Amino acid sequence: MSVVQQLKAKDFKSDQEVRWCPGCGDYSILSGVQKTMADMGIPRENYVVVSGIGCSSRFPYYMETYGMHGIHGRANAIATGVKVANPDLSVWVITGDGDGLSIGGNHMIHSLRRNVDMKIILFNNEIYGLTKGQYSPTTPEGTKTKTSPYGSLDHPFNPIQLALGAGATFVARTMDVNPKHMKQVLQAAAEHKGAAFVEVWQNCVIFNDGAYKSWTEKAVRDEKTINLVPGEKMIFGKDRDKGLSTDGCRITVCSAEEASVWDPTVDSAGPAFMMTQLDNEPDMPRPMGVLRSVDRPTLDQQVWDQVGAVTGKKGEGTLKDLIYTPDCWVVE
Amino acid sequence: MSSEELITQDDVTIRFAGDSGDGMQLTGTQFTATTAKVGNDLATFPDFPAEIRAPAGTRAGVSGFQIHFSSHDIYTPGDDPNVLVAMNPAALITNYKDLRPGGIILVNTGAFTEADLKKAELDSNPLTDGTLSGFRVVEEDINQRTMEALADTELSKKDKLRCKNFYTLGMIYWLYSRPLEPTLEWLQEKFKNKPELAEANAKVLKAGYNHGELLRLFQGHYEVPKVHDAPAGTYRNIMGNQGLAIGLVAGARLAGLKPFLGSYPITPATDILQHMSLLKNYDVITCQMEDEIAGICTAIGASFAGRLGMTTTSGPGLALKTEAAGLAVITELPLVIVDVQRGGPSTGLPTKVEQSDLLQAMFGRNGDAAVPIVACASPSDAFDCAVEACRIATQYMTPVILLSDNYIANGAEPWKLPDMDALKPFPVEFVTDPEGFTPYRRDEKLARNWAKPGTPGLEHRIGGLEKDAVTGNVSYDPENHQKMTEIRRAKVLGVRESIPTPEVHGAESGDLLVVAWGSTMGATRAAVERLQKDGVAAGHLHLRHIWPLPKGLPEIFARFKKIVVPEMNTGQLALLLQSEYPEFRFLKFDKVMGKPFRARELKAHFEEILEEKS
Repeated sequence: MSVVQQLKAKDFKSDQEVRWCPGCGDYSILSGVQKTMADMGIPRENYVVVSGIGCSSRFPYYMETYGMHGIHGRANAIATGVKVANPDLSVWVITGDGDGLSIGGNHMIHSLRRNVDMKIILFNNEIYGLTKGQYSPTTPEGTKTKTSPYGSLDHPFNPIQLALGAGATFVARTMDVNPKHMKQVLQAAAEHKGAAFVEVWQNCVIFNDGAYKSWTEKAVRDEKTINLVPGEKMIFGKDRDKGLSTDGCRITVCSAEEASVWDPTVDSAGPAFMMTQLDNEPDMPRPMGVLRSVDRPTLDQQVWDQVGAVTGKKGEGTLKDLIYTPDCWVVE
Repeated sequence: MSSEELITQDDVTIRFAGDSGDGMQLTGTQFTATTAKVGNDLATFPDFPAEIRAPAGTRAGVSGFQIHFSSHDIYTPGDDPNVLVAMNPAALITNYKDLRPGGIILVNTGAFTEADLKKAELDSNPLTDGTLSGFRVVEEDINQRTMEALADTELSKKDKLRCKNFYTLGMIYWLYSRPLEPTLEWLQEKFKNKPELAEANAKVLKAGYNHGELLRLFQGHYEVPKVHDAPAGTYRNIMGNQGLAIGLVAGARLAGLKPFLGSYPITPATDILQHMSLLKNYDVITCQMEDEIAGICTAIGASFAGRLGMTTTSGPGLALKTEAAGLAVITELPLVIVDVQRGGPSTGLPTKVEQSDLLQAMFGRNGDAAVPIVACASPSDAFDCAVEACRIATQYMTPVILLSDNYIANGAEPWKLPDMDALKPFPVEFVTDPEGFTPYRRDEKLARNWAKPGTPGLEHRIGGLEKDAVTGNVSYDPENHQKMTEIRRAKVLGVRESIPTPEVHGAESGDLLVVAWGSTMGATRAAVERLQKDGVAAGHLHLRHIWPLPKGLPEIFARFKKIVVPEMNTGQLALLLQSEYPEFRFLKFDKVMGKPFRARELKAHFEEILEEKS
């Protein structure tokens, strides 16, 4: 392989003016993805960014890579076609809570179970932004939006639980207001061989401002979230004095010394799923970082292996073999 | 007549009918394969219920397979059978009326108990109540004969009885002097790992054949000599879906590309996905996706990545693919969308034939989103049409809809294989030079250039939003949208520069022109030939290209006094022609009964038209 030129984040900026609302969380995700791509040592022409529809899905236009702005909910399916057609490409899906979990929910779960080697960045702002403020499949119950003026009645998805349930091999969560953490998580996703699902808590300043404020503001972040680092103890708190320990089927707060070690590589998705239950407990920190990271063969690799195996066995078929099969007969 | 007497016939139609579980489709396909090897021309029409196993013995569960074979060139699976094989009362009662007067009915009396009659909703036994007067009824307890043939075999009674269709096949092989070898070889291969079943079926097949002679059930037997005037060449028996599968693979190859099929199982298109899945050693990738939408979207993604994306479906699936087809239109990516039509609307008649998706193919997308449409006429035409769809898709950077139907999909006929030299490549050239590159730079045909990911310096974005005609960036400019809409339309209309004006078969001018498309071709041609024999100046114009319509049509239309368009819908092509050529009057002739036209009914209708004062 030829020497890859060291790329910088700016090499991934297209000449298009970024048109998200001032203060939108999308800006920091764009920057995080550009930095991560630059650091991967992959030639720029080998990146393909695919999106669906929604605010987040304008993303490919701002990236100086190959890209396709698809149709609503279908980015995962389009990206599957790109990756299976050419596994040498690094394929990234940009989607949102409406695009990826509502209209595109089916493609999301199937691309995760197939373990197509692509990076799925789901911008979760718990609202439909581009259509100007309707409740989404992650909007908490009771939320007042334009289509739920008396409060939303729908029970929401927890995106991490959905991904785990679908058999995802890599599941992680980060937030728009912590670029350093986001970079770590995106890097881990980029290095994962297989479908990598990353939920990004992203603030919509116009239609759902402050949705994550109680967890992400600097003043409370260390107390209200916990960064799960593979192989390290589960510690949180401003003074890093608290920990989480697993006790049978429960997770309890303990001292930092007593904290259990987090391991997202275990076969069972059970511990990760248990960790997501903390999202429902007001007094507990919400889990961030890498919740699951396991190895499983990817669909794209298996497809090509199978083509190779069948070709090895039957020999490369020619156009003539295809048409002139042994059951044909000749009329003189 | 003695049983030894051999009578030569020129043209025979046989219908095998039985319960869904009786193996009639297998019996029919075996008879077809053998008949193809004998050198007859043939056409088949399988007709089966949507249910895999409707309640046994009921009318709803009757499965039929008709084969028309001949010593001369034929176009249809036959109007009325000479022979009906009825494996049970339901099969008999639902089919005997189609038989020609004096035709032979072979009945399996082993399935005519009181209970069997009741399941078929019969109050009296049609074998004894006079229902079948005027036909030559041959009664045989095929169940019993099968059990006797397998008396020494170590199989369960159920497994033994399952062999009964081979007894029937054996009898019909004797009746029409067909060799047993092709089926015996097939059995060896099919039951390679279950030799006891291969042996049992072979034994029963031979028993049926020998008893045909020994039991003197029939008054003599027949031969249908092979076609003598068949054009020299190599032939293969082909079914429509199979022809499409290999045509799509060949078409991609001729474009210098590797095919990618993203699909979802749907009757009657599934065989294409199944067949292409076998062809992995031809650089074929197939992905059975989670739904119709994912099928087309993966194909679009694969085309973006530089393969030739394809998706196969039927009417309801085409409806689901609508939005994504529009994405392929605006991103100007090559894509072949195959629609094997069936009866609609909605789930409609999933296993029956109709041509009612033409206007969906034409207009079924939001926005002004024209796509070229190609329609195949028969199983042997499927290969050429698939190659043609690949040519248009890649040469014009556009999705193409390729229409087939259930009648073509499951029908079989001998296919004269193309000379390899006659398959002209149409290689795609990917752009690699960054100098002056923009995604929507176009050639003289208005096709945009195609740069695939992985090519340095050509990074670009495409998508569903309108793009600037020059820079390829998102554009909401009013003049630009007008311009891009016109370019996309002109590009598709420009396809007509690359397609020939179709030839009129029959009279070049005169009283009646019959314009047909898709699988009505065979019956139309047969009907027009019969009219000509009667001295009528009638011509048949078959349209392979539905959109854009070929050049030169008004000149043809002007040469005839009347124009009629028979269709298995309520006049969709007629509507299109009427709007494109308002100076002519296009008469409609519709049939939406889930069954193909018969040549006889077409001829009768054409005669009525000819008699009417215009």
